[in-house]
Amino acid sequence: MRYIEPHGHMVSRTTDDYQAMALAGCAAICEPAFWAGFDRKTADGFYDYFCQLTQHEPKRAAKYGLPHYCWLCINPKESEDMKLADDVLALIPEFMKAKTVLGIGEIGLNKNTRNEMLILEKHVELAVKYDQLILVHTPHLEDKRKGTRLIMDVLKAAGKVKPERVIIDHVEEHTIGEVLDQGFWAGITLYPESKATPVRAVDMLENFASQRVWLNSACDWGHSDPLAVPKAMQEMRRRGHSAAAIDSLVYGNPVRFLSQSPNFKDPQALR
Amino acid sequence: MSDSNPLAGTPRRTRDQVADLHFMDARYKLLDLAAFLDRLEKASGPEDHRVRGLRAALPLLLSAGDDRVAQILHLWSDPSVTPIEKADTKAASGVWPGLK
Repeated sequence: MRYIEPHGHMVSRTTDDYQAMALAGCAAICEPAFWAGFDRKTADGFYDYFCQLTQHEPKRAAKYGLPHYCWLCINPKESEDMKLADDVLALIPEFMKAKTVLGIGEIGLNKNTRNEMLILEKHVELAVKYDQLILVHTPHLEDKRKGTRLIMDVLKAAGKVKPERVIIDHVEEHTIGEVLDQGFWAGITLYPESKATPVRAVDMLENFASQRVWLNSACDWGHSDPLAVPKAMQEMRRRGHSAAAIDSLVYGNPVRFLSQSPNFKDPQALR
Repeated sequence: MSDSNPLAGTPRRTRDQVADLHFMDARYKLLDLAAFLDRLEKASGPEDHRVRGLRAALPLLLSAGDDRVAQILHLWSDPSVTPIEKADTKAASGVWPGLK
């Protein structure tokens, strides 16, 4: 069965992962900019990273028949250095010209600090100015509920942000309802330990009626699984859900959200 | 297009059906949790705030209702509502340290 991986940090993964994802039915991969596991010291480091996301990684994915898209930002973990963050923000408009850029992301909060909030607000301003989609990272674990609420406050305060053009990722059982109630899309991230397991994700899908949901693996350099979405699909099948229902969730929903960017092409139309 | 996702309002399953699918998974996780608590019992030193949070969540497992996961996640969440001045770490621990 086909699916879209709407959030995968493929710069951290091997070609074996590309191969496995393609064999499992992946039809396209979208890669948000994120924290490398260490703090980059200069804007030049981000310039190179954005080149990797917009030039090198699409070529690597193409060898496995996979369209590759990306999102750009400086992540909240590196937003405490305001000078660095401002320098990186200044780089982004140039890279937005690339044909595979979908929007601004994954922006958001990590420890819910004042500086993180200021840089989040600047990212949102940038997205509004350039009419870009927004992909939001919500904080981890005990910081998630507070951070999710602060992020939604920033998005609403910006005034010109359309909730249907924003996906708030890494929702869990205690945040998904508020995110959907406020009109945003919700991303459920499937992680082996933190965030949601495939089984819990399917529970959430059965409990919340909204169509504005996608599943992603957010596979990266940490404990994560690039085949998490197909494993959630298997869980849906085990519970008796139809192939059409599964396809609607793991293919149709990402395509509906991402098609709001003129750069995203439905993989079905490319074949 | 309907706003309802196609899995929502899933046909009710019997408890036997749910157990057939997920009992063994829940069984080994419960045994792992018991083993973790046993391991802690044999260790020395004061109780870690994360373990205190885990113990505080255990009664919720036996409570009525169908939203135990959300209840536990709320219990472990930072209840404050304003941004902090500065963080002393990038990491989260899993349980709000102020939980009593």
